[in-house]
Amino acid sequence: MARERTEWRAVLDGWEDFALDDPSNFKRFVEVGRVVLLKEGDYSGKIAIIAEILDQNRAIIDGPTSGVPRQPYSYKNMVLTPLKVTGLPRGARTGVVRKVAEKEAVVEKWNKTGWAQKRAAIEKRRSLNDFARFSVMLAKKQRRDAVRKTVRKLAQEQA
Amino acid sequence: MARSKELVPGIGRLSRSQVAARRGLWKGPKKSDKPAVETTPETVEKTVGGEKNNGTRLVPTTKAVRYYPAEDVRQPKKSRKSPKPTALRPSITPGTVLILLAGRFRGKRVVFLKQLESGLLLVTGPFKINGVPLRRVNQAYAIATSTKLELEGLEVADKINDAYFAKPSKSASLSPEEEFFTEGKPKEKEALPESRTADQKEVDAVVINAVKKVENLSKYLKASWGLSKGEFPHKMKF
Repeated sequence: MARERTEWRAVLDGWEDFALDDPSNFKRFVEVGRVVLLKEGDYSGKIAIIAEILDQNRAIIDGPTSGVPRQPYSYKNMVLTPLKVTGLPRGARTGVVRKVAEKEAVVEKWNKTGWAQKRAAIEKRRSLNDFARFSVMLAKKQRRDAVRKTVRKLAQEQA
Repeated sequence: MARSKELVPGIGRLSRSQVAARRGLWKGPKKSDKPAVETTPETVEKTVGGEKNNGTRLVPTTKAVRYYPAEDVRQPKKSRKSPKPTALRPSITPGTVLILLAGRFRGKRVVFLKQLESGLLLVTGPFKINGVPLRRVNQAYAIATSTKLELEGLEVADKINDAYFAKPSKSASLSPEEEFFTEGKPKEKEALPESRTADQKEVDAVVINAVKKVENLSKYLKASWGLSKGEFPHKMKF
């Protein structure tokens, strides 16, 4: 019996090693402290932090620095971002989440990402009125013209 | 039927007995004295000349109507409703740039001046910028943009009203031949009266002045508007 048990132990040890040797290909996980972007609902377009995982469908999110109250949210209605705060305990309440988020400057970091900037740009374009759209068209024309002329000039110099 | 409002012509809201109850005739005749009505005699005796005319004749005080319909024709019900004046969309104020959606100048961006009595909008291109003259348009066929011009000191003369735009009535109907040809050649177009061009210039002077103050606005008014792929007017901001 004793011998059998040691053998099993060895087998299990092997499995553990195997699991450690094989890290996941995924880079973003649903975990406490993960910054998510909300895609549906009243707070659509804002970011929040996962404070607690409820089940395979929902997590409690909280965004005291981004204007999102603590609430359960479906994974279907959020996207995981590459950002993550460290040292957030499981099930932390709003005060703690705020402290950690402010310390790690989550909103500032998010606003600097290309993703957030692209979203802001799209938002801005959509909010333009007819005259502003026309002015953008003129500006783009001017830019195209400047680029075209410079490229041609450089090409002639090289030839 | 006075108490019983009509549901449809000829049918009152109340039944016969309900009307009778409301009229309250069982209470007896009203006590108040009616004002005395002066009665005019039906006929007046007048003297007439001529030997065989008996000297006098009874002439009715009111002449009988000479015409009466041979058949009884029901009088159509008179409508006491009058159309309400057209409400101007709140997004349209003097100086608003409108996009015309119908008619000869569809796709043009024009400047709104004022609403006329008929409810139509008085707009101008201005003519010098995009070729749209002083013109009336229906607000249903225009998109109001949020771009507004500062039209300070704009006074549209009172003479520019609905009648100003009415077509002159033709005196007599001409044959198609006469209407379009003279001596076998197409008629030359009648030139626009000079007063029209003067009015146009007068109004446009203020508008053009305002346009010049904003960069690119002249180009904007000159360009025409349209939708391209993936653009949905109900999802766009104007």
